[in-house]
Parts: sequence; C-alpha cells; structure tokens
Amino acid sequence: MTTTSGSTRLGDGPSDPYASSRRTTEGTVYTVTGGDWDSVLGEDVTDERIVVNMGPQHPSTHGVLRLVMELDGETVTTARTVIGYLHTGIEKNLEYRNWVQGVTFVTRMDYLSPIFNETGYSLAVEKLLGIEAPPRAQVIRVLCMELNRISSHLVAFATGGLELGALTAMTNAFRERELILDVLEMITGLRMNHAYVRPGGVAQDLPPGAVQKVRDLLEILPARFQGIDDLLTGNPIWQDRTKDVAHLDLQGCIALGVTGPILRSAGLAWDLRKVEPYCGYEGYEFEVATATDADCWGRFLVRKQELYESLKIIEQALDKLQPGPVMVEDTKIAWPAQLALGADGLGQSLDHVKKIMGTSMEALIHHFKLVTEGFRVPPGQVYTAVESPRGELGFHAVSDGGTRPYRVHVRDPSFTNLQATAAMCEGGLLSDAIAAVASIDPVMGGVDR
Amino acid sequence: MSVTPQGSPPANPNPDGQNDTSAPGSISDDPSRADVKSSAVRAPATRAAGSDMFGASIGGDTSGFGGLVRKAPAGLSTPRPFGGWFDESVDALQESFSGFGEVVPRVVVDRGELTLHVHPQKVAELCSHLRDSEDHRYEVLLGVSGVDFPSQPERLHVVYHLLSMTYRRRLRLETAVPESSPHVASVCHVYPTADFHERETWDMFGVVFDDHPGLTRILMPDDWDGFPQRKDYPLGGVPVEYKGAQIPPPDERRSYA
Repeated sequence: MTTTSGSTRLGDGPSDPYASSRRTTEGTVYTVTGGDWDSVLGEDVTDERIVVNMGPQHPSTHGVLRLVMELDGETVTTARTVIGYLHTGIEKNLEYRNWVQGVTFVTRMDYLSPIFNETGYSLAVEKLLGIEAPPRAQVIRVLCMELNRISSHLVAFATGGLELGALTAMTNAFRERELILDVLEMITGLRMNHAYVRPGGVAQDLPPGAVQKVRDLLEILPARFQGIDDLLTGNPIWQDRTKDVAHLDLQGCIALGVTGPILRSAGLAWDLRKVEPYCGYEGYEFEVATATDADCWGRFLVRKQELYESLKIIEQALDKLQPGPVMVEDTKIAWPAQLALGADGLGQSLDHVKKIMGTSMEALIHHFKLVTEGFRVPPGQVYTAVESPRGELGFHAVSDGGTRPYRVHVRDPSFTNLQATAAMCEGGLLSDAIAAVASIDPVMGGVDR
Repeated sequence: MSVTPQGSPPANPNPDGQNDTSAPGSISDDPSRADVKSSAVRAPATRAAGSDMFGASIGGDTSGFGGLVRKAPAGLSTPRPFGGWFDESVDALQESFSGFGEVVPRVVVDRGELTLHVHPQKVAELCSHLRDSEDHRYEVLLGVSGVDFPSQPERLHVVYHLLSMTYRRRLRLETAVPESSPHVASVCHVYPTADFHERETWDMFGVVFDDHPGLTRILMPDDWDGFPQRKDYPLGGVPVEYKGAQIPPPDERRSYA
C-alpha cells in the first residue's frame, strides 16, 4: 500500500491526510485515493484484520444503510451502523403544516408501512383532541393496516431472500405484494404514500366493489403464501443460512428496546394489538405469533405466521363493516369533503361545490378556513403507539394550542431495532451479518425520517 | 392595521406598534401565562409575529379567535387524586426513592398519561430505580426526544418514554435544561437502547448527554452546523412558481398558529 496523501498538494489549502488536493480555477479539488489504511491504523496491522465499508448503496444493506465492519479473517469483530443518508427532515416539516397535512408527511417515513404511520399519527392527534373515529373508520383502518402488514412482511421475505441468494423468493413475494397494493390503490387512490387515514377517520369511504376485491384477495393469498412457504421453509440452504444465526435473546431485546417480530421470536408474546388494543383490535380473534429460537429462523417463522393471522383479521374486519360515517361528525374538524372521481382524478364532488357556492356562503367561508387554517388542537402532549410490522411505532405529539403541530417525534421501530446489529453480528461470520440485517428488516425511510 | 403588499414582508417586523405584549395572541412575558400544563406553552409561532404576508402582528389570524389563550399557573403539579394507577405508583415512588421532592418537582397527569418532571442530573438515577424497583419495573425505554421552547429560560426539554411490560404501564419523564448549559445525565448505562436516541437528541437539539459513550451526530453529517429541530433554526426552502403565481417556501407562508 502506498500513501499518497498530500503528495501533489499545491498552494496552501487545507491539508487532508486522506486525499491529495490541488488548486484549480473552480477551487480546491481533492483526489480521494484510498489505500491509506496503514497510515491511519499505525503499526499493528495484520494481514487478517481489515475494515470493510458496506453501503450506503450495497444491494444487501436494505437501502442506504452503511455498515462499517472490522473483520478478522471472515469473522466480524465490530459492526457499526451508520445512518442518516435518507434524512429528510419530516419531523421539522410537520411543524410548518397544519395537523391534517401532517398525514401526507408521516406516510412517507416508513414507506413500506404507510398506513401504520398514518394511523399512529392520527391516533395521536385524536388523543390530543379528545375524539374518537367512528366505528366504520376504525374497521377500515384495521382492514388497511392488516393488508399493509402482509405487503410489508412480503417485502421482508423478498429482500431477505434476495440478500441470502433466494432470488425466486424475491420475485414471488414482490408479485404477491403487488396484489395487495392493487387493493390499497383501489381503496386509497395510491399504491403507497396513501395519506388515507386522517385525524378523525379516513379520507373517504370504501369505493364500490372494494369489499368484493378484498374477499377475492383472501381467496388467492393463502395459496400464494404457501408458494413462498414451499420455496423457503423446507429449503435446506435457507435453513442453514438462518438457523442459529444472529441470536438475540429476550434480555438483549429488552435492553436494546427491540420490539416487533424480533422480540416475539425471542419468546415474548408482546403485541400492542393485544396488550394495548387500539382501533378496536380487542374485538378481533387472532394469535400472537411467537418463536423461541431468537434467531433469523425464528423471525422468519414469526413473520410467516403473522401473514396468516392478518388474513384472519381482514376476514373479521370485512364482517364487521357496518354502514356509517367514516369521519367524525364535528364539522370543526372533519373537512367538508365529498370526494368524487372526476375527469382529472379524485376531487371534490361538483354537486357539493355547487351546493356550497350557490346556497351557503357560511359553508364556503367555513370550508375555506378549515382548509387554509386547519383546526386548533388543545395544548398538551401525548404518546400513542401502534404495532407496525417492525414493532412499536410511537408518536409523541406536542401541541401549543395552534393549528400546527408544535413538535412531533416519531419513535420508529427500525431506528431502535437497528441498534441490535452489533449484538447480532459481532463474533459471527460476515455472511451472517447480511442475514442479521435482513432479519431486522429495517426501512431506512423510517430510520432516518 | 397597515397592510403590506403581498409578497414583500415588511422589513420592520412591528410596522404599526401592534406587537405590544398586551395584544391578544402575542407572546407574553407574563409568568402566569408562561406554562400551561406540561408543555402547553403559548410558544412563539414558528416564525416571528408580524412578518406575515399581510403584516398582521398576531399570527395572521383574522377571526379573533386566535387570540384566546388559556391561562394556567406556571409549574404546578396536577392536583391529586390523579386517578387510575397513577396515585398508587407515584406514592410508591415517593416512598422508595429518596429525595423524591427535589428530583421530581412536578407530577403531571394529562389525557391519561403520567409525566414526571425530573431534575436533569438525576434522570439516570431515577431511571435506574424505575427499572429495578419491584413496584415499577419499567424495563423498556422506548425513546428519547426533545422539544424546544425558546420562550422559557430552560428551553430545551428532553422527554423519555418508559414502558413497563410487567405492569403494562407507560410513563413519561421530562426534563428541561437551559441553552447555555444543556447537560443531562445519560441513561445509556441503564437502558442501552438510549444510545441512538440520545445521539439523535444531541444532533437535533444540541442537548449534551453526560457520560454517553460516543455522543456524535447521527442523522445529520458530522460537520453540520446548528441543531435543526430547534425552533430558531430555519426550515429553508425556495419560492416556487405554480400556475403563474409565486408560492413562498413553507416557513414564509401565512401562519395561523
């Protein structure tokens, strides 16, 4: 290895030990050469000990996650996660929009589970307001959340399979996910980033034919799940790659604040849908999937079981659907929207606009103020949590009594679970580190927010 | 009221002297208004009053309702009984934790949630007790985050969300430090999960967690200046043209807060 640092530096620009630099008419230009680890590490460098950077764009790092691993041969001695590459300032942006507009931002955080983000946020705003969404809206929320849980777990199998070399698992799981996204698109208008669940209810009622479409989906999905099951569960390579890999016991999970399938794979049946029901989950019959392996295999089994449990919940939700409003009746909170599909997409129904414009000036003023100003939320702070596919998704919302959030902090499960990477990887093989990160199933949009 | 032409905010944020503290809705120095419940402060709008597109000094609200401020005495605990399991739990803590009165000056119950306001240097000690004590068993720290109240002398609030899986209870700890000395005791050795969360709070608010094993930025680049989630840190943005009209960036739009 040769050290080239500073050797071609011209002029008196700032010295950088890792990159040579030269002055040009455009300013100082640095040339990063690499190969200078010996100058960084000093004398005690052996041939076996190397530091490897994986990412932030490596195909098996789940998006823009960067892993800095120190290897002794093929054994990982330290593993550090470096995050922040997808930081978009969503929490800051929320403070400059009204409470309803916040939904549009939070749905983009953990982009694989948008409905959970929206519901968690809406529940926080509703708790601040002291209101509750009507029963039909609650059922629709549960329906959409469970559909979303399936699509999210399918991506976990898809990317996890891809990372461990099971490419067919990837193609199949993404294919089945698309079936669910089709239904969500029919219900909400978008495949992802729905902004469908709003404080006080949901944006609009289920469109005609949606229930039948979900029922059709319930017919198809079990066989499709079986297909993925057949590909992975009995596959000896898949078992070898996941069993006894990335072990994290219950004590470790609790110390590291890990929730969701990872915690349940360690044997604790902790599921907020059961222990702190919200949106009427107490009225649904389902099992909390657990495993006792506390390894990648256990997490796979838990997620797989949750697919079937979600189907059970969806079926019950369809039976619970009763006619009724999908938004609170309080016109100081609910937007006076009556959406209809027009030539240019979904928008305010023309009849409704005609009625407002033609017959009620007060309604027009009210509508205008509600949409431009938003509603005021009584001062205070709340914390609400929902069980997202990755664990406890918490919203800490603070209001100063205004029409905009004073502060919203999101406790994203991926952010916290990622801390377990070191505990899972260190002492194991490099290839197992990939399995470990895949079993955590982090979504960097949620981690970095 | 003088109206400034749209699109050119007045250079003087107080064009016609309407920004006196007696105007409804403006930020008052009156201590009786300084704090409503735990965080219910009439904090300043995220932008200076009076810099609105229409030059209104009370946040742009023209209805008059924006000036309604709920008054509450500052810094008081919620009167007992709290209801639910709160009384029993706080009593148990009072008995078993020595110096409870100094460490926890305020106990607030709001919307069915219990908040203990804690002395910033005692947070770790209290967490350790709450985790290990048989009466509490808060095994899990869910997260640490901050809230910035620039109008308060101790503007940087740090909030901890604890969860007891044994009792299925949740508890919030809140502490506040001044900007000049933003030191809070780190809880990393009690709850290892606090590592990332405290780094994020340092990154976003500039709160220093003493004894944290490696307090570095986590979301922002290492060489970033400033703390983005503070209220005086601008959101940034550029005006965009939409259908012929200039739309100002979000932090310069009308605020009704």
